[in-house]
Amino acid sequence: MALDKQTAAKREFKVVGTRPLRPDGVDKVTGKALYGADLTAPGMLVARILRSPHAHARIRAIDTSAAEAAPGVKAVVTAADFGAPADEAVRDVLVNCMAHDKALYDGHAVAAVAAISEAAAKAALKLIKVDYEVLPHVTDVDAAMKPGAPVIQPGRQAETVGTEVSENVTHYCEFGHGDLEAGFAKADHVIERSFKTEATHQGYIEPHACLASFASDGKADLWCCTQGQYMVRNLCSQIMGMEASQLRVTPSEIGGGFGGKTTVFIEPVALMLAKKSGRPVKIVMSRSEVLRATGPTCSSSMGVKIGMTKDGRITAGHAKLRYQGGAFPCGTVEFGAMAAFAAYDLDAVRTEGWNAMTNRPKQAAYRAPGAPMSIYGVESVVDELCQHFGLDPLDVRLKNAAKAGTKASYGVTFTDIGLSACLAKAKAHPHYTAPLKPGQGRGVSCGFWFNFGGDTCVTLNVNSDGTVSVTEGNPDIGGSRASIGMMAAEELGVTFDKVRTQVVDTASLGYNEVTDGSRVTFAVGLATIKAAQAAKKVMCQRAAKIWGIDEEAVVWEDGAARPSGPNAGQFPPMTLAEIAAVSSQTGGPIAGHHEVNADGAGVSFGVHLVDVEVDPETGATKVLRYTVFQDAGKAVHPSYVEGQMQGGAAQGIGWALNEEYIYGDDGKLQNPGFLDYRVPVASDLPMIDTVILEIPNPGHPYGVRGVGETSIVPPLAAIANAVSRAAGVRLTSLPMSPPRILAALDAAHPAAAAE
Amino acid sequence: MSRIHVNTTVNGDAVDFLCEPDETLLDALRNRLGLTGSKEGCGTGDCGACSVTLDGRLVCSCLVLAAEAEGRAVGTIEGMAEGEALHPLQQKFIEHAALQCGVCTPGILVAAKALLEKNPDPTETEVRYWLAGNLCRCTGYDKIIRAVMDTAADLRRA
Amino acid sequence: MRFEVATSVADAVRLLAAEPGTARVLAGGTDVLVQLRSGMVEPALVVDIKRIAGMRDIVAEAGGFRIGAAVSGAELGEHAGVRAMWPGVVEAMELIGSTQVQGRATLAGNLCNASPAADSVPAMVAAEAVARVAGPDGERDVPVAAIPSGPGRTTLARGEFITSIFLPARPARSSDAYLRFIPRTEMDIAVCSAGVSLTLGADGTCTAARVALGAVAPTVVLVPEAGAALVGTTLGTEALDALAAACAAAAKPIDDKRGTVAFRKKVAGVLARRATIIAAERARAEA
Repeated sequence: MALDKQTAAKREFKVVGTRPLRPDGVDKVTGKALYGADLTAPGMLVARILRSPHAHARIRAIDTSAAEAAPGVKAVVTAADFGAPADEAVRDVLVNCMAHDKALYDGHAVAAVAAISEAAAKAALKLIKVDYEVLPHVTDVDAAMKPGAPVIQPGRQAETVGTEVSENVTHYCEFGHGDLEAGFAKADHVIERSFKTEATHQGYIEPHACLASFASDGKADLWCCTQGQYMVRNLCSQIMGMEASQLRVTPSEIGGGFGGKTTVFIEPVALMLAKKSGRPVKIVMSRSEVLRATGPTCSSSMGVKIGMTKDGRITAGHAKLRYQGGAFPCGTVEFGAMAAFAAYDLDAVRTEGWNAMTNRPKQAAYRAPGAPMSIYGVESVVDELCQHFGLDPLDVRLKNAAKAGTKASYGVTFTDIGLSACLAKAKAHPHYTAPLKPGQGRGVSCGFWFNFGGDTCVTLNVNSDGTVSVTEGNPDIGGSRASIGMMAAEELGVTFDKVRTQVVDTASLGYNEVTDGSRVTFAVGLATIKAAQAAKKVMCQRAAKIWGIDEEAVVWEDGAARPSGPNAGQFPPMTLAEIAAVSSQTGGPIAGHHEVNADGAGVSFGVHLVDVEVDPETGATKVLRYTVFQDAGKAVHPSYVEGQMQGGAAQGIGWALNEEYIYGDDGKLQNPGFLDYRVPVASDLPMIDTVILEIPNPGHPYGVRGVGETSIVPPLAAIANAVSRAAGVRLTSLPMSPPRILAALDAAHPAAAAE
Repeated sequence: MSRIHVNTTVNGDAVDFLCEPDETLLDALRNRLGLTGSKEGCGTGDCGACSVTLDGRLVCSCLVLAAEAEGRAVGTIEGMAEGEALHPLQQKFIEHAALQCGVCTPGILVAAKALLEKNPDPTETEVRYWLAGNLCRCTGYDKIIRAVMDTAADLRRA
Repeated sequence: MRFEVATSVADAVRLLAAEPGTARVLAGGTDVLVQLRSGMVEPALVVDIKRIAGMRDIVAEAGGFRIGAAVSGAELGEHAGVRAMWPGVVEAMELIGSTQVQGRATLAGNLCNASPAADSVPAMVAAEAVARVAGPDGERDVPVAAIPSGPGRTTLARGEFITSIFLPARPARSSDAYLRFIPRTEMDIAVCSAGVSLTLGADGTCTAARVALGAVAPTVVLVPEAGAALVGTTLGTEALDALAAACAAAAKPIDDKRGTVAFRKKVAGVLARRATIIAAERARAEA
């Protein structure tokens, strides 16, 4: 048979690109959808976790005897209940879930109790006696890197970093090409600036929750909100010392993740409590536990140096990035270093990155992890150079934009990318030329993310009534069941309502990587299309059998099997439904499946435009207008592509203006709640306009690129650049909270400050 | 600590339950009555995911003691659709793609319904401020605001 | 913890006075429940006063209004009479928390929570509001300004609770306004705030003014010098500059996670100036 060889560019789509109603919509608007905390089991216990009140302390002893004897308590666990997984990364995850010899940050779990009620569990926690020896702590990345800083975990230092930095430095990386010195020499002006960004949290509204049961024969079940059930299975089975097949993990609906649910925090604890008690155990985190003990992003300290000619050509760029990712080794700085100059076609570029351990919670991925900070630094300096020379910031970016054939600073050579198209679209957009009033300013920034593919496995069953069931293994965070179902319908030539897509447990399908790296619509979509093609091949075979002709003489077009030409014979086409109806007589059920380690995800670029107004008397910044331009490759369900662009922009706005982890001198997190960890509320934002560009990704049959992450990258610099133009002061530290802006204004205008 | 017997009305149905004196209405709805549509996002009144109405007044059920519901009328997301017929707001939220993960959606719908009952013709600013206590981390609010405004316009025409 | 529903003021006083441990009065509960759930307080007794007759009523009295201790912000905002006479107090109350919180939170509760950043308190202090306190020794009327004694502490004795807040009558051409600074547009605790109540003469000269600041000291502070800077003037730039300077001088804030000393001192003056302009516009509109 001749499968579809059309190129994405020429292809006319029937389903892809439309906006059908999402399949999980009714469940979610009626309250029926079941999230992590919504399931109960007969005989279920409730567990609570005791957490360290100290930023850094040796745990001399834990006495749990009184808690174990308390009424209603069925099990107590500490680190002593767990073995040591062979894999170092898995051991780190376990130690983060339950402190071993030291409490490494404020909020680090030290013990847990399962009891017949929440009240009994809470009461029992108070009976646990932990003997702490408080140790000196460090939470700032620069302080943590200094020789003589308190050492968080001895023996984890990277061998390559030398002795000028402390033992906390676990990573060093370097990327780039060309002659920096010669590049800077060619510049008419060079600007070098230091930047700091505070840690932010993913801020998903659903706290982590799970329900575990563990039978005495060693079989276990786990229900949890996660971005990857297979990841949970692999981590938990290693931590529990069991075979992966004996642990079935079922993902609940997920109430937001943004990267923060790509690891485990409570699941091994629930499993161990269930094993010890012989009863199902549920753990639901409180918001303060989420903020204190689950992974925020890295905080950073950076130096960025860029040279430019007076006509706007960038001659050299150099960035030194120092990230901290909490109390464990963390490689996120590498992404930051790779992404920093990705938007630019440069002859001379170098990025260096260091990671240091601190007494903070273990970093977890957050939407384009590592990229927003480094690109904030670069895009701020580029903007300042534009201001210096009086050049248009979009023209300068267009002049230097990376394009097909550009060798990126991180080594790859780009194929088709949409950066120049986004920049040109932004330049032509009415937003860019709309008038501004005094006190208002407009900012621009580029953004970038790599996008990933990875291990993926999809099964597609053609049911005898002519409907289609797609089975996939990636939790649906933002509407992916719709986009996956649409691609199946497109490929098979049926309508979207004939397809139902299910996200299943770890026992029902082969391994799938976590929902991360903007990989799902790309990789699961790719596998779904291939699975549909496999099913079409089977259906062509069945039609051939019915017609009594060679299967090579049958093609699949417009949702039906057809003879491939006049030589094949004259038969009326058989639709999917017609073939399915007689499948039992032609060889049995019809299915297609596909397994792949998907490559060719296709990088993603975006450009953001923002107008802000700064109140010169209070330092308050109001976002007036916002427009996102982004290359989606092919927007499968445009509404949800827009949603990703808008949601990422809103998170980036929060990061730029008000969100931050605030630590006291005692090393304790001072704002572990939504009152003072300030995510944007509805009244903080304007409508967020979106312009989707479609530069097809050659690595996907329909041209799809991941769209989920790039959108959080540009807002940091776009808003900093807008504030700089509105208020006349350049902020080099995030968040640009009102006290910081007012202090900068007062420093720039001492006379006004004295009034 | 003895439990309290509470007689109340939830979505029009007379119900009763036993609760602890310090138990919240949210916990009673979820754990005693099986109404898990109301979510706990913060437990401090800062996210609105647990929004319900109490005698018609929009409140956070995490900031109400279960015992306070005695003799009162509670409205939750589970009472918003009538049988198979979705409330116009529910339908518009699906049509406008005004939800992604959906965990804030029940609270936002309950709050938006309370708004439109009080103010059938709200401005965008009024919608944004009314819903400021309902955090959404996925959407940037754009499509939520549009869905509420569009529903209001439809209801005014109806 | 025991939960009791008081049926009368006397019943509530009896319950509260008889409790040897920590007792909490439950009106709107928007602070009490947060403290309860976080373990900040573990009361032995919570007394719900919402079902006591009159607690949810707003009654006209002596030209002003008496507001029951369990009247929610939403109910207060829907009362046209109070809104017309004391718009600053109403807007201060309405700034607290979300729409959901407004469905429950009360003036009396905001006062008794005794946060220096409480939004309604500077407005009530500027308004010379009076709290009616019931207790084992009967009723007494206490100026609102005298209720908080420090962060989280009040001057109320064991067994005492506030049954109502009284907002007095106003002369013609009087009004008030309240402004706070928060980093977002909603849902935050005030970083600093200012309540201004003033009266204008027929010629537009300010004849009386009271200015109170929030979140710049352990309790809300009345700034007599700020009020004095306005009286006798037509609220021109010079008077407003003097007012702002008086506010900055009176502010004795701290550095904390929400703001700095420098920020609070400066912005307190900015807010007082802006609130004065709004209150004056309202007062002129009255004429």
